[in-house]
Amino acid sequence: MELKKLKKCSEYQWMAEPYGKMRVPVRFYGDRRLIEEMDEKVLEQASNVTMLPGIVGACHVMPDAHWGYGFPIGGVAAFDPDKGGIISAGGVGFDISCGVRTITTGLAAEEIQGRKGDIASLLARKIPAGVGSMGKLSLSPGQMDDMLTAGARWAVEQGYGHKEDLDHIEEHGAIAGAKPKCVSDHAKIRQKKQVGTLGSGNHYLEIQRVSEVFNEKIAQTYGLVKGQIVITIHCGSRGLGHQIGTDFLKRMVISAPKYNLEIPDRELACAPIDSSVGRDYLGAMRCGMNCALANRQVLTHLLRQAFSELFPRAELKLLYDVSHNTCKEETHRINGKPRRLFVHRKGATRAFGPGYEKLPPEYKDAGQPVIIGGTMGTASYILAGTKESMDIALGSACHGAGRSMSRRAATKKWRGADVMHSLAARGIIIKSPSLRGIAEEAPEAYKDVTAVVEATHQAKLSQKVAKLTPIVCIKG
Amino acid sequence: MAEIEGVSSWEHFPHRADMGIRGTGPSLHAAFEQTALAMTAVITSLDTVEAGQKVDIACSAPDDELLLVDWLNALLYEMDTRRMLFSRFEVRIEGGDLTGSAWGEPVDVEKHTPAVEVKAATYTELAVVCEDGGWMAQCIVDV
Repeated sequence: MELKKLKKCSEYQWMAEPYGKMRVPVRFYGDRRLIEEMDEKVLEQASNVTMLPGIVGACHVMPDAHWGYGFPIGGVAAFDPDKGGIISAGGVGFDISCGVRTITTGLAAEEIQGRKGDIASLLARKIPAGVGSMGKLSLSPGQMDDMLTAGARWAVEQGYGHKEDLDHIEEHGAIAGAKPKCVSDHAKIRQKKQVGTLGSGNHYLEIQRVSEVFNEKIAQTYGLVKGQIVITIHCGSRGLGHQIGTDFLKRMVISAPKYNLEIPDRELACAPIDSSVGRDYLGAMRCGMNCALANRQVLTHLLRQAFSELFPRAELKLLYDVSHNTCKEETHRINGKPRRLFVHRKGATRAFGPGYEKLPPEYKDAGQPVIIGGTMGTASYILAGTKESMDIALGSACHGAGRSMSRRAATKKWRGADVMHSLAARGIIIKSPSLRGIAEEAPEAYKDVTAVVEATHQAKLSQKVAKLTPIVCIKG
Repeated sequence: MAEIEGVSSWEHFPHRADMGIRGTGPSLHAAFEQTALAMTAVITSLDTVEAGQKVDIACSAPDDELLLVDWLNALLYEMDTRRMLFSRFEVRIEGGDLTGSAWGEPVDVEKHTPAVEVKAATYTELAVVCEDGGWMAQCIVDV
């Protein structure tokens, strides 16, 4: 990206002024290098987003942004339903509510060091992952609708996890307003045997060590202790989410002329929030969100079972669960006035600051945990939402490292076996059904997550709390 | 209908986070078949998939580009729900209606070592064009 196209607002904030059909500016967050390294398509896609009706403030671009489809990955944009604002299936994506949760264990890294191989093998057997995998559950139509309505809460009621887990999930484990009748039979059939599966690609279950603490007070609130083991799960709404995205993208493209919508890019297919298509999509998308929350809850149950076999002393507690492909109805102060907005976060994480009323009491002073997934060879980070973030980018932060090269380029550059061996030499065990998959996920194919997190911290989108380094990574 | 002669082929093209798939051929339906092969090749090597079991597909859309996406997403639905991979395709297109078949076998992780799951065909870089007497069909797939 040519920086001369942008106006510098501060060390970590840049802006593309609106021109032509752009209604609002594009705001970039990051250091000079991260923004220079972003591909030109990010500016093009973010500019397209600003042309959509009812957009409020800006299209915000996170430090890890890259070329997506329609919306850039790492894009945040809010729309006002009272100003003809739209909701976009492309602005949420196919993996609705893809997200991450981190679980503390109370175990010291030394306690698992000698049994790393055993726990890796056990998890590879117990966690359904990858193409063709089936979950341990097969849902009837009635159970499916219950799960889509009540998400992680449904999972806990079925015996997968504890009630206390729900306090540490966005929306308390289930988003209101989910409408199973807006979800196609195709989507439900796809999900029937996929509840509690990990998926593949950049999804993972990773055992990590808290290697650095930046903010002792918040780390203590979150239960993070240097040298201890945590586990992070990254996955989404599986076949159901993919099908909802597919179904509604088509529906929105076809209905756009009816609503006089001029869509600069078909993948930005959208509909007015206040329309039958918009309302149906909201109802279905919320089902997708609950599906992802239920999915991660069931996976946590399987994880707890596996851990108790080898480490009966461990107490696996959910630190927090965040989603990064969503559209949420939120109230934000814009020019001093509260406004009801629909906030799309595509490859971006909600990062609400201290005092947010829906945070569990124990997290109210610290702010909402923000989990940033890195690569299997680098690091992940825990951050906390800040008060400033609410006024900067609608309480949003980045979601991960973001890719710096295509999958194709990665397989040309690296062999999966070499990646595995080099990680093994550093004490990191990878379990994956495919060597090509490992090559595609090579750590060097991603941006520098430490730089992304540092920029996020400096831009005050969130503040650093702790760094987690990988020990075992289960991939699908 | 006589078969139109010409060379058909598929390839992948780059996209930062996902994968571009492209099929070319002497006819529209050949290009669609090749794009489907390119999609399977995102997941696994085509030569590991035996084309034993047949599945029929039908879909329709208002234009060729939307029809390509529908065809690919219909295949993904069958792959996901039947837990199968496909390595041979036949497509017939009349107006906006597509009828086709896919041949393949159940997923065998050891045999196919699938690299990644395809979530959906997208409208990004979507194109179906007739040029130089041949057809090209492409899009990005979300993985």
